[in-house]
Amino acid sequence: MLFICLEEIVLITTQNMSTILKVNNLTKTYNTDSNPLTVLNNVSFSLNEGDTFSIVGSSGSGKTTLLGLCAGLDRVSNGSVELNNIRLDDLDEDERAALRNKYVGFVFQSFQLIPTLTALENVMVPLELRGEKDAAKTAKDLLNRVGLENRHHHYPTQLSGGEQQRVSIARAFSNRPKILFADEPTGNLDEATSQKVEQLIFDLNKEAGTTLVMVTHDLELAAKTQRVLTLKGGKVISDVVN
Amino acid sequence: MQKINWLLKMAWRDSRRNRGRLILFISSIVLGIAALVAIDSFGENLRTDIGNQAKTLLGADIAISGTKAAESTTLALFDSLSTEMSTRYDFASMVNFPKQEKTRLVQVIALDGGYPYYGKFNTVPEYNEAQFQGGQHALVDKAIFTQFKIKVGDTIDVGEASFKVIGEIISVPGRSSIGSAALPSVYIPMAYLAKTQLVQIGSRVEYSYFLKTPETENPDSIAQFLKPQLEKKLLRAETVASRQAGVSRAFDSMNQFLNLVGFIALLLGCLGVASAVHIYIKDKLSTVAILRCLGVSGRQAFLIYLIQISIMGLIGAILGAILGGLIQQILPIIFQEFLPIENITTAVSYTAMGQGIIIGVVISILFALLPLLGIRKTSPLRTLRASFEESDSRFDPAKMLVYLLIALFVIGFAYLQIGDLIASVIFAVGVFLAFLILVAVAKIVMFLVRRFSPVGWSYVARQGIANLYRPNNQTLILIVTIGLGTAMIATLFFIQGLLLNQVALTGEGEQPNMIVFGIQPEDKNAVATLAKDYELPLLQQVPIVTIRLEKINGKDKKAMKQDSTRKISRWVFNREYRVTYRDTMTDSEKIIKGEWYGDMNDKDPDKIYISLSDRIADAMEAKIGDELTFNVQGVRMKTIVSSVREVDFTRMQTNFFVVFPTGILEEAPQFNVLVSRVPTMEVSAKFQQDLVKQFPTVSAIDISQILESVEDILNKVSFVIQFMAMFSILTGILVLISSVALSKYQRIRESVLLRTLGASRRQILFINALEYFALGALATLTGLLLSFIASFLLAIFVFQITFVPNLWGSLLVFIVITGLTVFIGMFNSREVLNKPPLEVLRSEI
Ligand SMILES: Nc1ncnc2c1ncn2[C@@H]1O[C@H](COP(=O)(O)OP(=O)(O)O)[C@@H](O)[C@H]1O
Ligand SMILES: [Mg+2]
Repeated sequence: MLFICLEEIVLITTQNMSTILKVNNLTKTYNTDSNPLTVLNNVSFSLNEGDTFSIVGSSGSGKTTLLGLCAGLDRVSNGSVELNNIRLDDLDEDERAALRNKYVGFVFQSFQLIPTLTALENVMVPLELRGEKDAAKTAKDLLNRVGLENRHHHYPTQLSGGEQQRVSIARAFSNRPKILFADEPTGNLDEATSQKVEQLIFDLNKEAGTTLVMVTHDLELAAKTQRVLTLKGGKVISDVVN
Repeated sequence: MQKINWLLKMAWRDSRRNRGRLILFISSIVLGIAALVAIDSFGENLRTDIGNQAKTLLGADIAISGTKAAESTTLALFDSLSTEMSTRYDFASMVNFPKQEKTRLVQVIALDGGYPYYGKFNTVPEYNEAQFQGGQHALVDKAIFTQFKIKVGDTIDVGEASFKVIGEIISVPGRSSIGSAALPSVYIPMAYLAKTQLVQIGSRVEYSYFLKTPETENPDSIAQFLKPQLEKKLLRAETVASRQAGVSRAFDSMNQFLNLVGFIALLLGCLGVASAVHIYIKDKLSTVAILRCLGVSGRQAFLIYLIQISIMGLIGAILGAILGGLIQQILPIIFQEFLPIENITTAVSYTAMGQGIIIGVVISILFALLPLLGIRKTSPLRTLRASFEESDSRFDPAKMLVYLLIALFVIGFAYLQIGDLIASVIFAVGVFLAFLILVAVAKIVMFLVRRFSPVGWSYVARQGIANLYRPNNQTLILIVTIGLGTAMIATLFFIQGLLLNQVALTGEGEQPNMIVFGIQPEDKNAVATLAKDYELPLLQQVPIVTIRLEKINGKDKKAMKQDSTRKISRWVFNREYRVTYRDTMTDSEKIIKGEWYGDMNDKDPDKIYISLSDRIADAMEAKIGDELTFNVQGVRMKTIVSSVREVDFTRMQTNFFVVFPTGILEEAPQFNVLVSRVPTMEVSAKFQQDLVKQFPTVSAIDISQILESVEDILNKVSFVIQFMAMFSILTGILVLISSVALSKYQRIRESVLLRTLGASRRQILFINALEYFALGALATLTGLLLSFIASFLLAIFVFQITFVPNLWGSLLVFIVITGLTVFIGMFNSREVLNKPPLEVLRSEI
């Protein structure tokens, strides 16, 4: 049933190639103890539904900050972010949370599973939050899809890093997001595990037609996306379409 | 609806792996609620029991008593109104126990008739009125049986007559056993009272008449009818209803002490809730951030934890109510001896339990709200940055509302328990100030440690100290919790010590220990000579005149009652004043207002200047220059207040509310008191025997002898105080344990990391011990300082005793609480030390 839905979405998205994320002259400044620190300087780009996009740059260049702003996890200092044609700075925290539940999926470098919930329950959270009836069934399907048939009732601390990241991917896709944000999803994993996780993200992304925004410093991985944005010291130094 | 279901489900799921922590949270409210429920049910049962057993409190329908015997016309009136009547005379007198070669002051009670009409004398062997009245028989209190080891069949001398002991009194309706232990009684038949020759003109005797009224009549209306005629004769009537009200009032003050204890236990519980939830929630913020990322609104996240805490609070409150119900079963056993009724019910009071549960839930929610409110503002950004700390200094109206509710709760609850609004506000402000001081101490410590971190110290020492200010430190919360807890526990401990000391001090040192009273003026010199023969010092010889107050500034009791601007205590008019006259002050007195007058001999005889003690002056609302009219044994006498004295009543000597100048009362009927010091029990016993033989109406009190029998009472009183205080102290310790134990989650990752980096067992122990020692020591010291201030204020203003700082006690409190903090802190790190790092991380987080 899930896959029927996904097919429908693919149909819709391919028919209607609208803008999903629009970033306009984005600037982010932190007020530190001594002097203001500009972390992002006048960043602009826009993405269509179904695009795959990566942000690269050395450590400290502002990648995570940019991702957080795009997902509405933080407030901009200047400029604007529009997600699904909705300006994020017009919304309050709770409205942005509701927006995320509807359109956004997340995969983090440090997995960020809720330690007190089992793998299955972690995946169920976004579904239950929407009040979906078959939350457990959908979540089980997704866990099976990422290869964790036997680990439904394990707590995060009982899983390896790769397994935790797979749970987190299942959770990210559980609400059938329009856009998936991933912050160095393989940063904490060994090479072989990284390969598997990357493959999962790309596969699920294709199946669901989700827009993918991925932060990475792995240029090889970045090359697999349609478009690569390079940051340096908070400025865009290149924006290449592969 | 579905949303609520989901919130409940999430609250349940999230709690599964935190049960241990939540149980610690519960534990702090369980004891507080238990104390409250136990005390409330006990009070409620006692009130019902007093109501049910009210008739036995009095033993008759109407009791009439006074310090003058009723005349034959009055007796005839009593007779016409009642179906049965008993007469009782009581007075204090020395009684000789020839077989034991002992003498002591007792309450002699001469009785005739069938009293008590309700309830019965509980004696061994069983009381039989006809047998008792049928000869020179005596019933003797069990206190004397134990003290002198007397037996049924022994003979005792009361005045000039001998009586055969026919029974031991176990209990008498309307009298608490503590009361009888202080001044034990000997009952003799009225018919043989004259033989003792103890009741003479001027003797202090209380005359009572117990009436049993016809069933068809209402005793209260009869009493009302008798009242005006009795007042003229200086008699007063009591009915079951008025006695019941009096007993309930007396019981109220005991209840107040208990309520206060329960209240402190409860406040400590609140503190425990606040700190436990604070630490718990701090650890939950990362989970909240993830939930926020997934689209949970701030309100929903807040509700998940509110539900969790409320349910835990409910469980804790229910457990507390059950425990309170159990403790309630033993309270009557502990208090039995203080109460004038027997067999207190131990029925579970469902109202008290219900109230306890509601209060428990309200407290859990109210005190959990402050930390819980922080959840609403948790930024989802935490998911991207590990230790992202919000700078949350914005004004939050919800937080202000919670602070306001907490203040209202503390004041309101204090008011319910203490019954005095100003005192409650002062109390709440005091707690708030203590809180602020502790917060300030914590901030200053963090600032100082950061500013002057010890450079030359070893790495482990620096790490332990640095833990005080590094991110995720627990300095503020632990210093406030431990400090407030210590302050409350230590205050209770100090006050309890001061109160108990107070009584013990009286019998020690070079203080006088023998008072001989009831000396007729003509015997004065002979008694003094006898004392000198025994080489006893004549420390004080004072004349005493018994007078009554009739008017203040020309207004009598009735007029005063109508004057709504003055709230003069009723007892000011009702009591008998035993006054003295002298021209100098004693060394326990100090003039605080006006001038000491002294000698009347060559001054205007119409202006009698008297001196009042500060307490009685307050009670009369009398100022310098006010006119007091006294009735001196039938003679009306106008006097003028010329001075107010501060009197140290704790000194064992004769002290007086009212002192007359010399030259006025010399000719009034009076008796003398002699104060002395006896070196040993043997001398005391011989002297007392001689004294009673030569002067049968004279009585002597040997304080050491009294102390001996009072010691038992004191032990019981201190046991009761300690038992109740233990509640609060135990709660405090539980709060301490739970806060420190919960704080382990703050440090566990770090300890594991250090372990992983190769830190030895000793190094980790040392780092933890140092941090907890610094926290414990600082908090305890501040808490002790606060408790000094609190006990000082309480001692001076509430209990009116001198404050002596208890340094050894403070040291004990310091060692115990700091030690406990360090011990629990170390106990927390045991897992890190004994298990492989990975296992710890997997099981604990
Ligand atoms: N809360 C903050 N306060 C001050 N500076 C910050 C804060 N968060 C991030 N920074 C700074 O912003 C810069 C960019 O950080 P980040 O976006 O995490 O980089 P990246 O993810 O590319 O490694 C860094 O120099 C970091 O120090
Ligand atoms: Mg980053």
